[in-house]
Amino acid sequence: MKTLQELEEIRKRTLDRVNQRKDRTTTRIVVGMATCGIAAGARPVLLAIMEEVEKLGLTDVVVAQTGCIGLCKMEPIVEVIKPGEEKVTYVKMDAEKARRIVREHVKDGKVVEEYTMHVIQGKILNDYKVEKE
Amino acid sequence: MRELSLHIMDIIENSINADATLIELYIEEDTSKNIFIIKIKDNGRGIDEEMLKNITDPFVTSRTTRRVGLGLSLFESTCLRCNGNLKVYSKVNVGTEVVATMEHDNIDRPPLGKIEETVVSVLLNPKIDLVYEHIYNGKKFILDSREIKKILGSDEINSPEVLLWIKDFIKENLNEISGGAF
Repeated sequence: MKTLQELEEIRKRTLDRVNQRKDRTTTRIVVGMATCGIAAGARPVLLAIMEEVEKLGLTDVVVAQTGCIGLCKMEPIVEVIKPGEEKVTYVKMDAEKARRIVREHVKDGKVVEEYTMHVIQGKILNDYKVEKE
Repeated sequence: MRELSLHIMDIIENSINADATLIELYIEEDTSKNIFIIKIKDNGRGIDEEMLKNITDPFVTSRTTRRVGLGLSLFESTCLRCNGNLKVYSKVNVGTEVVATMEHDNIDRPPLGKIEETVVSVLLNPKIDLVYEHIYNGKKFILDSREIKKILGSDEINSPEVLLWIKDFIKENLNEISGGAF
């Protein structure tokens, strides 16, 4: 069974990482975590993001949470804020989509267009196909 | 909400928004007394008396994005459905305590669910300390984020590596105290 002593090893391992991070500009991944987000499934999304960040060994990334973003019907919502770039808002997330965003957008720098929020004729939509039609 | 741990997360979110720095989560399960108690206590800015009277009314909220707040009212309706109740005690500038009780074996009682994920998502906020105490038929597990910070020698415990470790740590220990009931 896990004991608190194991943290000692993690401390040694992560010490360098934390120092590294301070020198760089950091990407922020923010998950909406109010009643609306939680009910829509924000927690597994958050956990998937953390797991993927850890799996890919990304060091210059901060995962954070926030309250209601104000678009409850589009929850779970994930915002990716890269330094010097415009904020990208992803809507109707699930764990799998979130993993893809970490891989393709956060790591490789390619925005996953089909999951982003779109405004079409004044309406906020997330359906990429509608826009194409 | 499908899991009690999601209700808990929702209520803790209120504490975070109330600028709490210390949150105490206490869960007690006693299958022989047939009770399931959840207490969430914070040192946030508290709720004034006027608001406290109708705090579980969905149209009573301090949020400014809209006039509806569902967190406490949803949790209360879950408790009532399970022959229990929800109480909110608060004092301005001191803090707030939410106490939820339910029948343990009630068919309408949602499962606790992934409480470890709830704890981890709270710990993402570097400024917040959390004490999580869980008692299952007299067996106890305690996690104190201040202790973890001390061992790590850093307040930055919100890295994925540490948080995922904490997640597994909680899960294993809950399994241990409950004899595999989780």
